[in-house]
Amino acid sequence: MAMQFYASPEQIMRDRAEYARKNIARGRGVVVLSYAGGVLLVAETVSVTLHKVSEIYDRIGFAAVGRYNEFENLRAAGVRMADLRGYSYDRRDVTGRALANAYAQTLGALFSEQGKPFEVEICVAEVGTTTEHDELYRVTYDGSVFDEPGFLAMGGQAEAIANVIKAADRTDLTLAAALHLAVTALASVGGEGGQPRTLAAINLEVAILDRQKTGRSFRRITGTALEALLAQGNGARTAAAAAAAEPAETAETPAPSDAEPSTDDLAADAGISPEEPNEP
Amino acid sequence: MAAVLDPSGRLPAAFTTPRTSSFADFLSQAAPELLPGRRPLPLGVTPDLSPHATTIIALSCAGGVVMAGDRRATMGNLVASRDIEKVHSADAYSLVGIAGTAGVGIELVRLYQVELEHYEKLEGAMLSLDGKANRLATLIRNNLPAALQGLAVVPLFAGFDLDAGDAAKAGRIFSFDVAGGIYEETGYDAIGSGSLFAKSALKKRFRPGSSVEDTVRLAVEALYDAADDDTATGGPDLTRKIYPVVMTATAEGTVRLTDEQSAAVSESVVAGRMENPGG
Repeated sequence: MAMQFYASPEQIMRDRAEYARKNIARGRGVVVLSYAGGVLLVAETVSVTLHKVSEIYDRIGFAAVGRYNEFENLRAAGVRMADLRGYSYDRRDVTGRALANAYAQTLGALFSEQGKPFEVEICVAEVGTTTEHDELYRVTYDGSVFDEPGFLAMGGQAEAIANVIKAADRTDLTLAAALHLAVTALASVGGEGGQPRTLAAINLEVAILDRQKTGRSFRRITGTALEALLAQGNGARTAAAAAAAEPAETAETPAPSDAEPSTDDLAADAGISPEEPNEP
Repeated sequence: MAAVLDPSGRLPAAFTTPRTSSFADFLSQAAPELLPGRRPLPLGVTPDLSPHATTIIALSCAGGVVMAGDRRATMGNLVASRDIEKVHSADAYSLVGIAGTAGVGIELVRLYQVELEHYEKLEGAMLSLDGKANRLATLIRNNLPAALQGLAVVPLFAGFDLDAGDAAKAGRIFSFDVAGGIYEETGYDAIGSGSLFAKSALKKRFRPGSSVEDTVRLAVEALYDAADDDTATGGPDLTRKIYPVVMTATAEGTVRLTDEQSAAVSESVVAGRMENPGG
């Protein structure tokens, strides 16, 4: 029998994690955000037909970053699971939590058992009767699940994107304001010399889970509707900036003293950080 | 259901294997016991053991279709249900009504609704109206063994064709037979035990391109005529406030008439028959 090099399990897992994280970080970002009228899902994308954001069930949406063929497979499996559950029990018995659990078990098993982990990070979003009842789950490549109330960001420089949203005032957001905030956050990273970029409607994939709607609540916002909404958000912002130029400027910088419900996010970040590559 | 309750909690292989976008095909792999056509049946024909649903009519109108059904289910000479609902929306732009064995029919409608939604979610696009009708024919065909033993169910399918170039021809109606045969109808069609009388009434009074309101009224009139001559079809029940289910499919999508709207039409039809019983 041939001699094999010994690699410690710790080393193998660390290599796999690094591999997955590196490839996920290369992609464009996704932001999922609760607002007064529902849950907003925004993805920065180059394709209008290969979706990063899609419908799973009546009140459940799906967003993903990473390798397309892998998260598309997970999305289809999620749709099958939701439809089968709803068909065998009742439509009300399909929950985001069960779906997030199934994704976590699947990704966890793939991470530890297969040679190559899935290079994906996915979000399962369920819209509730109020913003407090919205459920946003982030499932990472190794099967860790994070319940992130209010908002979440995934993909390249997710932390920097999340910080922009964290710093903003998110009480009673309208759809236009929520979209503006999400786009500002996505555009804040990846620019030349740290400058914010401008994202046009063609670079964005936008969908909502409508809180008021009974039955299937998922709706895509595309074309002229999206452009109008983007213009509305920009208009409201310039008006607000004209009214109070200084406070609007200071609100943009991250203020750690802000009493935002961010403890879970910090805990979530802490949950990942031990796996950071500890290179000599 | 073994597939759903995988003890490890992972998504089972049947879920992640790439396959067609049909929910029925997926069920046949993941949970075949949930498919209506797959159950073993005892020998012999026993048609009167389970409730039967009766008359459904569909009419094309300006800008779409109208479908209406009475509310009665019968078991032999008994009324099994006074308020069963036999007309449903299949998806955002199409309607399906059922006649025959009520239990199998309702299950089939649920399966069909999930089938269309499942395809739409997986593919990111809706099936064409002809595609939807063909899928329904396949589901009916799978039920043929049960149909031959007395558990027959026949649907009526109608919808707004989003691909139709001419808005006047966008409302289309399809009828089926128990063997899965599919026939496109022009103008109007009816299924169920009272269909003969409903169609006779429509033959004289149907005018192509009528308004939605006129067509709704005509549909309720035809159901009244069916109930008049067929004991298995129920007329508008003014004392219990049970009225026919009337739905429309137009460019705006499918809409079910509210109980108040249906009551108003039914009361006006019954009032008309007080003066002239023949309509």
